[in-house]
Amino acid sequence: MDSPKDLHDLSVTELQQQFVARKASALEAAQHFLRRARDFDALGAFVEIREDVTLAQARASDQRRAGGSAGALEGIPMAHKDIFVTRDFSSTAGSRMLAGYRSPFDATVVARLAAQGVVTLGKLSCDEFAMGSSNEHCAIAPLGHDRPQPVRNPWDRSRIPGGSSGGSAAAVAARLAPAATGTDTGGSIRQPASFCGITGIKPTYGRASRYGMVAFASSLDQAGVMARTAQDCALLLSTLCGPDPERDSTSLDRAAEDYTRALDDTVSGLRIGVPAEFFGAGLEPDVRAAVDGALKEYQRLGATLVPISLPRTELSIPVYYIIAPAEASSNLSRFDGVKFGYRAAEYGDLIDMYKKTRAQGFGDEPKRRVMIGAYVLSHGYYDAYYLQAQKIRRMIAEDFQQAFRQCDLIAGPVAPSVAWKIGERSDDPVANYLADIYTLPASLAGLPGMSLPAGLGAGGMPVGLQLIGNYYREGQLLNAAHCLQQATDFHIAKPAGI
Amino acid sequence: MNTLVQGYEVVIGFETHAQLSTQSKIFSRAPTAFGAEPNTQACAVDLALPGTLPVMNLGAVERAIEFGLAVGAQIAPRSVFARKNYFYPDLPKGYQISQYEIPVVQGGAVEFYLDGERKSVRLVRAHLEEDAGKSLHQDFVGQSGIDLNRAGTPLLEIVTEPDMRSSAEAVAYARELHKIVTWIGICDGNMQEGSFRCDANVSVRKPGAALGTRREIKNLNSFKFMLAAMDYEIRWQIEQLEDGRRIEQATVLFNPDTGETRAMRSKEDAADYRYFPDPDLPPLLIAPQWVEQVRSQMSELPRVMAQRFVSAYGLPEYDAAMLTQSKAVAAYFEATTRACASPKLASNWIMGEVSRRLNTGEIGIERSPVAAAQLGALIARIADGTVSNSAARQVFDALWSGEGSAVDPLIEAKGLKQMNDSGALEAIVDGVIGANPDNVAQFRAGKDRAFNALVGQVMKASRGKANPQQVNDLLRSKLA
Repeated sequence: MDSPKDLHDLSVTELQQQFVARKASALEAAQHFLRRARDFDALGAFVEIREDVTLAQARASDQRRAGGSAGALEGIPMAHKDIFVTRDFSSTAGSRMLAGYRSPFDATVVARLAAQGVVTLGKLSCDEFAMGSSNEHCAIAPLGHDRPQPVRNPWDRSRIPGGSSGGSAAAVAARLAPAATGTDTGGSIRQPASFCGITGIKPTYGRASRYGMVAFASSLDQAGVMARTAQDCALLLSTLCGPDPERDSTSLDRAAEDYTRALDDTVSGLRIGVPAEFFGAGLEPDVRAAVDGALKEYQRLGATLVPISLPRTELSIPVYYIIAPAEASSNLSRFDGVKFGYRAAEYGDLIDMYKKTRAQGFGDEPKRRVMIGAYVLSHGYYDAYYLQAQKIRRMIAEDFQQAFRQCDLIAGPVAPSVAWKIGERSDDPVANYLADIYTLPASLAGLPGMSLPAGLGAGGMPVGLQLIGNYYREGQLLNAAHCLQQATDFHIAKPAGI
Repeated sequence: MNTLVQGYEVVIGFETHAQLSTQSKIFSRAPTAFGAEPNTQACAVDLALPGTLPVMNLGAVERAIEFGLAVGAQIAPRSVFARKNYFYPDLPKGYQISQYEIPVVQGGAVEFYLDGERKSVRLVRAHLEEDAGKSLHQDFVGQSGIDLNRAGTPLLEIVTEPDMRSSAEAVAYARELHKIVTWIGICDGNMQEGSFRCDANVSVRKPGAALGTRREIKNLNSFKFMLAAMDYEIRWQIEQLEDGRRIEQATVLFNPDTGETRAMRSKEDAADYRYFPDPDLPPLLIAPQWVEQVRSQMSELPRVMAQRFVSAYGLPEYDAAMLTQSKAVAAYFEATTRACASPKLASNWIMGEVSRRLNTGEIGIERSPVAAAQLGALIARIADGTVSNSAARQVFDALWSGEGSAVDPLIEAKGLKQMNDSGALEAIVDGVIGANPDNVAQFRAGKDRAFNALVGQVMKASRGKANPQQVNDLLRSKLA
């Protein structure tokens, strides 16, 4: 019959049960996952591990449990996207600009998880400054490599894992960690979760503190979690979220919630809005088939599908690619070679130092966005671009409110296709931008969104189903996702060789 | 009244940076104290370390509200922080957080007297922003040091309309503004430490013509330099125009050593600051209740107090304005008046004798050797006729030098009591008339000066103790 599962096949919830029953220790789990991080370093998911740090944390965790003071996530190993700053590990944001940079403080998200007993396995690769959707743009050499590498998709190592939280998605899919943190600015949790066949959620903007996240686009950046099940996401998100008024002014003044409480509520009677604009000509048939299959499953569970319209879906691309670069151009100004991070080795005067430092320190994608951003904020262009984009952004948010009068949550694809081949689109940034079409609207509106596995598409690659909820309805999203995962085993599927 | 300079009308507008007196910085919890070792008062937020975010210091907002109320401005119920983007080594984030399109304080006016004439300078706005750090060019050879202690210090930038028509008026405005911010306690006003820095926008034009091109004199941190800089700039601009040259818009610095202004950058290299609303800070919302709460906690404003001095003490407006130059002067006046019940005499003494001595000794009124109670006691003795004004001055000298501390014993010891015994005075008057027949004759021939000489003789013979009015009356009746 069932042989006992390997530690790495256990969900966070199952692992927790093992710890409570003293069938496994935090130290054993940490050692096991660190071994796997090295065994699977060909994937390029980790950029840094520090065995001594991790094992010390695990031992301390076991002591807390023995001493009767176990936290809600005691001993659970997790790895963090390298966009979160950490005291004990380097914090690079995937950029040469911050190679070897050590923060004097932990990001609030990291600190909140650690306060509940999470053991940190290390830092995960991401696109430079979280800019990208393929994780081909990390300037830091991953664990076991001498030079920068794209992260590889565990389902097919010739393909991208998605991005920018590609390291997180690949690590969770390859069982190198039961869960990981990610950040989502325009889809950076949902799209890689979809491409790697895992479950990931980005909460309402402001629900998780941004303090300690290297800023990309401040009005869009949002931390979240990536795991294999909705149940695990609910458990972790309950700790991750919560107000941080002393450090982040955009953090919402709303107490943390226990998202696990309503996981098993029935979805019977749930009205799921299906936006026509998410199923247009650009959607690949294999993705469409998988998404349709998942929607049918919801119908079978008693939910109703409601056709809705999000008329400005297409506009979300230009709007996003004005606002995000505008904010990025300003956020990245602090990387000037003066105070920390990379400084060009040789330079003439001050201006020359700025120029050489930034030319050498930033990769192509940040440069591209800094230039776009500086342009749209320039005198004489501001009204036509930035201001106009902000107006349409508000209209996009209103469209969602209109839709939520007809439905409880919205479902659709995460991306038009499954994960593509490494290098296939690297010389076509616009194609990459266009592929963000289904994730950008919720980002611009600040709504919670998630991706959960919905089966396999072309090439046996995973396809994700996107769920979008109204503000603060993370619990409802997780409930709906959990119900689907109770009824199906899309989320159980595992890449070959893992 | 317009003061033309060589036929040109001078137009001046001011931008003043007042450092707000909060304990911690505007967006972080690092302390703001002046003079610490470089970079010891800058936290992760001030250094702009990756992942840090600004959090508004409500104490700074409260001070902005106080200022708005003090100048009769609108407190914006919603104002917005914006990023001003530019690269400079002492600007850690690569942008300054400021307010651009919607400032927290809108409108208002600063009123003051200039040569007895009442002036009002309209304010455009006052907005909250953070200060930058400091570049230290002297301390290192071939390199510059950066001190970020000042980075993130809260500033209120106060902007006027171009309402001022002379350098003297502009300085008077700056003094009045300085008085207001120190009076309400939102700024320590220390100009040497840079807590109150002014930029003057100066232009000249022929009367009736459109506004001339302005040049901005940056960072004027003393009233003396302010005047010298503007006067130089005005002369320079007129010279240019008279020579047929055009004024180019520019930012200039005043060099106190040469007394000249010099352009540091012209408009051509003006940066595009790419302002946009800071997404890290939600709009600043100020509910009416907050404004009312701040209002209820504020002490009496100078102009309100001046009005009270006029209505309650019957002082002329000019006296009231002078006595409300600072809280300390006003308090000294009120304490003096309480002790003597003669407000106008108290006002005369404070604006005259007391302030002359304080100025000579360069001491503040709070450290005056003569306390308000002592001055009040002395004035009471003038008012009740015990001593003459000139005798009172001798008593004041003694109080000032510390020769004595109680007024009545000093009057007694110095024998300065006015001679109110008319019999004794009459004897002296008769003696003087008898001894000065020439003067008497001249007076009778219509020479008033001869009469004054006789009064002087009587005062002298009484050793200053005679009541001058009484002497006058007696002499006139005897010589009639």
